[in-house]
Amino acid sequence: MWAYAGRRILYAIPIAIGVTVICFGLVFLAPGDPMVNLLPPDASPADVAYLRKLYGFDQPIPIQYAKWLVRAVTGDLGTSLQTGRPVISEVGRALSNTIVISLGAVLLAFSLAFVLGTLAGYYAGRPADRALTAVSVVGVSVPNYWLGMVLIIVFSVQLGWLPATGMGSAGSDTFSLFNWEQAKYAILPVVTLSMVPLGIIMRNTRAAIAEVLANDFVETLRAKGLGETMVIRHAVRNAFPQVLAVMGLQFGYLVGGSILIETIFTWPGTGFLLSKAILTRDIPVLQGSILVLAMCFVATNLAVDLLQTAIDPRIRRA
Amino acid sequence: MTDATLSPAFAAPPATRVRGYWGTVGNRLRYDTVTLFFLAVVVLIALAAILAPLIAPFDPNKTSMAFRLKPIGFRDFRLGTDELGRDMLSRLIWGGRMSLLMGLVPVVLATAIGGTFGVVAGFVGGKLNMLIMRTMDIFYAFPSVLLAIAVSGMMGGGMVNGLIALTLVFIPPLCRIAETATTQVRHLDFVEAARASGASDRSIIQHHVVGNVLAPVLIYASSLISVSVLLSAGLSFLGLGVEPPTPDWGLMLSTLRQAIYVQPLVCALPGAAIFITSLSLNLVSDGLRHAMDVRI
Repeated sequence: MWAYAGRRILYAIPIAIGVTVICFGLVFLAPGDPMVNLLPPDASPADVAYLRKLYGFDQPIPIQYAKWLVRAVTGDLGTSLQTGRPVISEVGRALSNTIVISLGAVLLAFSLAFVLGTLAGYYAGRPADRALTAVSVVGVSVPNYWLGMVLIIVFSVQLGWLPATGMGSAGSDTFSLFNWEQAKYAILPVVTLSMVPLGIIMRNTRAAIAEVLANDFVETLRAKGLGETMVIRHAVRNAFPQVLAVMGLQFGYLVGGSILIETIFTWPGTGFLLSKAILTRDIPVLQGSILVLAMCFVATNLAVDLLQTAIDPRIRRA
Repeated sequence: MTDATLSPAFAAPPATRVRGYWGTVGNRLRYDTVTLFFLAVVVLIALAAILAPLIAPFDPNKTSMAFRLKPIGFRDFRLGTDELGRDMLSRLIWGGRMSLLMGLVPVVLATAIGGTFGVVAGFVGGKLNMLIMRTMDIFYAFPSVLLAIAVSGMMGGGMVNGLIALTLVFIPPLCRIAETATTQVRHLDFVEAARASGASDRSIIQHHVVGNVLAPVLIYASSLISVSVLLSAGLSFLGLGVEPPTPDWGLMLSTLRQAIYVQPLVCALPGAAIFITSLSLNLVSDGLRHAMDVRI
């Protein structure tokens, strides 16, 4: 297992490097001179020339990349064109807000999806399974940005129970999920965000449980006289590592994919930061937040793979 | 692989007609009422989009300051009007064009490109496989929404940039599926036999590989159409899709967002259209997968 873990960690390194190459290359996708894109519009030609030299933009692209990478690794992702603050501090602040709602959505979606998926798998082919499968198809198909709007219409506009947008007066620095006055701002974003992973994890759990239950050893368990609760426990234990992999991917998607949801709820996370950066063409912020988010995703995948190896003795992958 | 005709020597007519693969698939679909129903929904949406100039009651771009944000059923505006007084029903019908286009084109392009890369990687193997598949792995390191937004956000929005971004997002998964299927087929006996009898690589790919790779790739691609509809509407929602005033569901949802306090029901309509389309596409794809008995 340790050998596998070591290999898996080594394997993540070229992926991480590849991600930095793509993030570096993104700037070249933007129309116009990459150097000019990184500076405020009122920068003087002398400033542009000075910084071009300082950042090495007058040198060949591989050297530019190396210089950029060194700066990125040391935490220098440039300066926001809009606020003038370092990108790293903007992204860091936003990331902590994103993690709040992502974790909330993870807890909600994972637990609910696992229970419902197990039930659907156990009753595979019967009416209960069909009803639950319908729920999961809806979860996968619903445009979550629209669901967010509908929830705002129902719970904020019509019923007036929950705040529609923002994070409350306390702001992000002292945000606590255990303080109702603040936590109520997170409820609608969390519910909206959990819809897609709910559908996907339910589907996968159902498939995994149904597959395990079709095995011969399950017949043996029943023949031994085990009760159905114990049979389900066996099925869950066998299916869990497989489901865990899907869950890990979904957590990564939540952190990276909450862009639209955060925009709807003006939740000051990385997604909201990104959509603001798109509107204002704040290229350094755009590049920096994409890099940080993609790295989080790589790290999550690695962690999930390692966890899966640790809990599933059957994995002795080559 | 149930072929009723063996060789002339065994040409006695079979007692019952044996169905071929596609016959079986068709027969399964015929009794799958859910899939058929949602297939009909997809066909209706597509027809409405194609025939938009004929069936839309109003010009989708005709604004009217007097009739802004009117409720559903107001005079001739069956589904109300938007923030510029344009007829919602007409805009929804026209908007289907953009959504279906953005749903289909990236998937078709990515299937062609990703599928080709995958078959080549799987068939040639070795270093080329490493190169192609590891490159794909890097793109896998981005959540799909993030990659689509990163690319089109950098390129500055617009329909073509959105198409490019979505195509790029769908290439890696399709490539991976094609590669897996090809690698599995490559070492099977009938491929070895074909090679031993002197068949060229090209004819092996044409006659043996593609036939076996096509089903999983097409099924997976069909499931991506609804993802593509959702993602492209999401891009429009962020202002990265088509330019206003082109009717587009994502863009309509985004501009109507300001009006949820005035006409909540009207504002929710474009999203409902996206939802129904994506749900129907998903269920048709599920039905096809079931009927074709493909496991991915």
